[in-house]
Amino acid sequence: MCTYTTENVALQGSGKSRQGWMRVTDATVYFDHPVHFPAGHALLIDVTDPAKGPGARLALELDAASARRLAESILRTLDQVPAGLLEETTTP
Amino acid sequence: MTHNLTAETVSLTAHGGDEIEAYLAQPTDVEKVGSIVVIHHMPGYDEESKEICRTFAAHGYNALMPNLYSREAPGASPDDAAAVARANGGVPDDRLVGDVDAAMKRLKSMPTSNGKVASIGYCSGGRQSFLAGCRLPLDAVIDCYGAFVTADSPPERPFKMTAVVGEVGNLSAPLLGLFGADDQFPSPEQTEVLRAALTEAGKEFEFHVYDGAGHAFFWVERPSYRPETAKEAWGEIFTFLARTID
Repeated sequence: MCTYTTENVALQGSGKSRQGWMRVTDATVYFDHPVHFPAGHALLIDVTDPAKGPGARLALELDAASARRLAESILRTLDQVPAGLLEETTTP
Repeated sequence: MTHNLTAETVSLTAHGGDEIEAYLAQPTDVEKVGSIVVIHHMPGYDEESKEICRTFAAHGYNALMPNLYSREAPGASPDDAAAVARANGGVPDDRLVGDVDAAMKRLKSMPTSNGKVASIGYCSGGRQSFLAGCRLPLDAVIDCYGAFVTADSPPERPFKMTAVVGEVGNLSAPLLGLFGADDQFPSPEQTEVLRAALTEAGKEFEFHVYDGAGHAFFWVERPSYRPETAKEAWGEIFTFLARTID
């Protein structure tokens, strides 16, 4: 199926693409057909800077269980960060 | 018979006067033939979709596929372009119809054209092929597992598609629908809703719902590919085209 299930997320940070390090401002999260991962469907994440054009993109294709483990790991890691440090790192 | 062919990237003056990229495949050993507008799937204007165009040419049809993501991502790789299009909410319907209209007219202007043009679309393109058939004077329409023909896409999502079944009364040509029984977008129930609407509107149509196949059974090199189903469905396509645009 093509689920069309898509979430857009605003974010700030940096990522490394085939062109090197770049600023990232947006992410698109969806569950649909992957381009490379050999499965019918996968959790797909595009982290982008639309201002830099279509090639400014980090793409991730994960099976559903992997995606859940990654999401939980991110939340668990953030929960363990001392509050003062967390505020410091959210200030650009 | 397998025809000799040429295939190349061309520029197409499309909706709004925009110059967009398109892929043209044409048999070189014919006098007058039918033509087909190929509407690529949501993953974009990719190698597999170009191969579909060449297959039509090898079977004796002129085939033209507009790159629907040309404007958002000129020159980008197909997967990057599809990512941009998805993030932007997909292709607007009016623009899609304008692009298909331009492709149809370009095909009709070719010296080898017999004046008849079909459309075919896959995945999101299946819905778009149906929509084009409702708004343009086509001679045949093929919908390969198009979702959101009879139901809107889920609300509060950036990717919006609205049902187009309400335009069924304007469908200008016979419709061939090819679906997988295991698909959920469109589900077999949604396919039945479309069947009922076409019947009520008195339209000529032919549906095939294949057991053991889901969405994207034509998509070679992906796990969704179902070789036996695809081969059978290709046969239905060529039988349908021989009846409608030869």
